[in-house]
Amino acid sequence: MKLPQTHADAAAEFLKDTDRSHWHDDTLWHVRSKRDASAQKIPEWEQLRTLASQIKDHVLSNLDTLLLQFEKNAQANGIEVLWAKDAQEHNEHVLRILEENQVKQLVKSKSILTEECGLNHFLEDKGYDVVDTDLGERIIQFNKQVPSHIVMPAIHLKKKEIGDIFHKHLGTEAGSDDPQYLTEAARQHLRQKFIQAHAAITGVNFGIAETGGFVVCTNEGNADMGTHLADIHIACMGIEKLIPRAADLGVFLRLLARSATGQSITNYNSHFHRPRKDKKMYLILVDNGRTKQLGREDFRNSLKCIRCGACMNTCPIYRRSSGFSYNSTVPGPIGSILSPGMDLKKHSTLPFASTLCGSCSDVCPVKINIHEQLYKWRQVITKEGPSQPSKKWAMRFGGNVMSKPKLFDLMGKMARKSLSISPRGFVYNSFNAWGKHRELPEVPKESFKDWYKKNRNK
Amino acid sequence: MSSKESILAAIQKNKPDLLPLPEHPEFPVEGDLVERYKSSIKSNGGEALEVSDPAEIRDYLELHFQDSQMILSLSEVVKGNYDIALAEDPHDLEHVELAILEGEWGVAENAAIWLPEESLKHRALPFIAQHLIVLLKKDRLLGNMHEVYQSINVSDSGYGVFIAGPSKTADIEQSLVIGAHGPRSMTVFLLD
Repeated sequence: MKLPQTHADAAAEFLKDTDRSHWHDDTLWHVRSKRDASAQKIPEWEQLRTLASQIKDHVLSNLDTLLLQFEKNAQANGIEVLWAKDAQEHNEHVLRILEENQVKQLVKSKSILTEECGLNHFLEDKGYDVVDTDLGERIIQFNKQVPSHIVMPAIHLKKKEIGDIFHKHLGTEAGSDDPQYLTEAARQHLRQKFIQAHAAITGVNFGIAETGGFVVCTNEGNADMGTHLADIHIACMGIEKLIPRAADLGVFLRLLARSATGQSITNYNSHFHRPRKDKKMYLILVDNGRTKQLGREDFRNSLKCIRCGACMNTCPIYRRSSGFSYNSTVPGPIGSILSPGMDLKKHSTLPFASTLCGSCSDVCPVKINIHEQLYKWRQVITKEGPSQPSKKWAMRFGGNVMSKPKLFDLMGKMARKSLSISPRGFVYNSFNAWGKHRELPEVPKESFKDWYKKNRNK
Repeated sequence: MSSKESILAAIQKNKPDLLPLPEHPEFPVEGDLVERYKSSIKSNGGEALEVSDPAEIRDYLELHFQDSQMILSLSEVVKGNYDIALAEDPHDLEHVELAILEGEWGVAENAAIWLPEESLKHRALPFIAQHLIVLLKKDRLLGNMHEVYQSINVSDSGYGVFIAGPSKTADIEQSLVIGAHGPRSMTVFLLD
C-alpha cells in the first residue's frame, strides 16, 4: 500500500522555491502582527477569550438540547432545517434542493464546511457550474486548487500568477497584475453571476439557538449579494457552530475579525432569521465526524474553533510550509488536531508538523489548547504504530538503548569515537534528517557522566 | 433511525457533563464616541462626517453625484431621484449608483451600523448599490457590540446586518482593494 505523502515531504516541495517561502512567511507574519496590534487595543481581550471559551464549553456539553432548540426556532421562522450525518448526505441534500427547485445557476460564498464535504466536485459531476464568489476562492477555483488558508484562500499565489489566471479566464490584459485592476475585472464578471443566480449557498459563522437564526460574516459582501438576489438560500453549518444567545455574538464578533486579520470587525455581518417573502431558506446541520470528536475527551475542545485562522498565521511551520503541505481541508495547527480525528492514517504526520512552541494556543480566541492536543495526538499515533518504517525503527532502537544504562554508555562512547573520525558523507546523508539543514553539535571528548564523576569532588 | 436521531444519540452518548453558561459582564467604553467612531470607520475603508445641517449632505451629494445617476434614498432628510416602490424585485436595483439609508445604531469601537430589514426595504440594496451613505444620529452611538446587542432584538427582523465599511478585499497579495462586489465607498453622516 502506498503511504500518504507526509507533511515533511509536501513541505519540502514548497521550500524548493526559497523566495516564495520567505515571502509567504513574511506575509502571514504581517497578518499576525496586525492581530496583535488589534487585540492589544481591547483591555478586556483576555476576559473575552475566557468568556468565548466558556460559552463554547457550555455549547459542547449541551449540544443536543441547543440543536433541538435551534431547529424548533428556525422552523418557526420559516427556515427548512435538514440534518446530515456525513459529507455524502450533506451533498445529497444540496442536490435534492437544487433539483426540486429546478435551479440552473448557483453562486456560493465561502464555506470551509462545503470544502470539507467536497460539495463543488460533487455538484460539478452532476453537471452544475458552481461559482465561488469570494475573490480568493474564485481565483483558486479558476486555478483548479483548494484553499491553502481558511481565511485567505489564495495566500499562496503571487499577483503575477493571479494576473495570468485572470488573463486566461477573464480576458484581462496579459501581464497586468495590478490588484485594483484585477479585482475590478472579477467584480464585473461576478456581478453577472449574482444577477443570474437562482440559488446561493453560504456557510454559517454562528447559529443562534434562542432565536433560530444564523450569522454570516464577509468583507466583500458576496454572501449577501448572492442570497438577496437568488430565490433559494442554502446555508451549510457544522453542528458545533451553535451559540446559545444572540448576546453571545457581542463576544464572538469582537474576537473573530481581530483574531483573523486584525480588523475590528468584518464589514458585513448578516443576521438571517426568515426568508424573503415567497423565497426559500434551507439550513443543513452537518455532523461528519463532529460527534465522534465530541467523544474524545482530550480532543473535544477542538470543536470550539470559530475558523479565524490565527493559529495558522502565527505558526512557524505553517508560515514556512504553506497550507497545501497539510493536505487537509483545514490546514495549520487547528487542522492538525481536527483532521486526525477524521482519518488518522491519512493525517498521521500532521501532529508532528509543529515545534510545540504553543503560539497557536496563545492566539486562539476560544482558548483551544492546540499544542497540548498536538502532543496528545502524537501519543495516540505512536501507540497505534507510526506509519513511517524509518521512524518506527529509530524509536524502537532508541527506546532499547535508553532503557539499558550500560548499553547507553557503550553506544555513547562508540558514537563519540565514530562521529569524530567518520568522513562527512558518512554522517550527513539521506538517513540523517536532522543534518539536512543543520550541523550536528561538536562531539565532546567525554560524556557528561564521565565529566561529573571526575569533577564532583572538586 | 433518522440522521437527526442518530446525531442526537451520538451527542448524548459523547458529550461531557453539563458546564455552566457564563453571564455577560459589563464592558463600559470611555471617551468620545464620535471621535472613536470616525477613527474606526477610517480603518475599515470608510469615512464619517459630522453635520449639523442637512443642507451639508445635499451639498456633498451635488459635489459627488450627478442627477443622471440613480440615487435611492430611504431617508426623510435627503431625497433621491428614484422611488423604491418602483422596485418590485431586487434585480431592479442593479443600476443604483447611490443608496442613502438611516442607521438604527452605530458602534464606536468598530464603526458597525445596525440596519434591520425595515430600513433597507430590499435586503440587496446596501450591497448592490455602487456607493452607500448612511445617516446616523449621534445619540444612537454606542460603545461596543455588547451594548448594541442589549439594545436590539435580532429576530425582530427577518434579516438585519451590521455594516462597518465599504465592500473590500485583500485576496490578491494582501493588497487592500475597496469595491469588491458591493459599494465602492461608504460615507456616514453623523447628525446632531
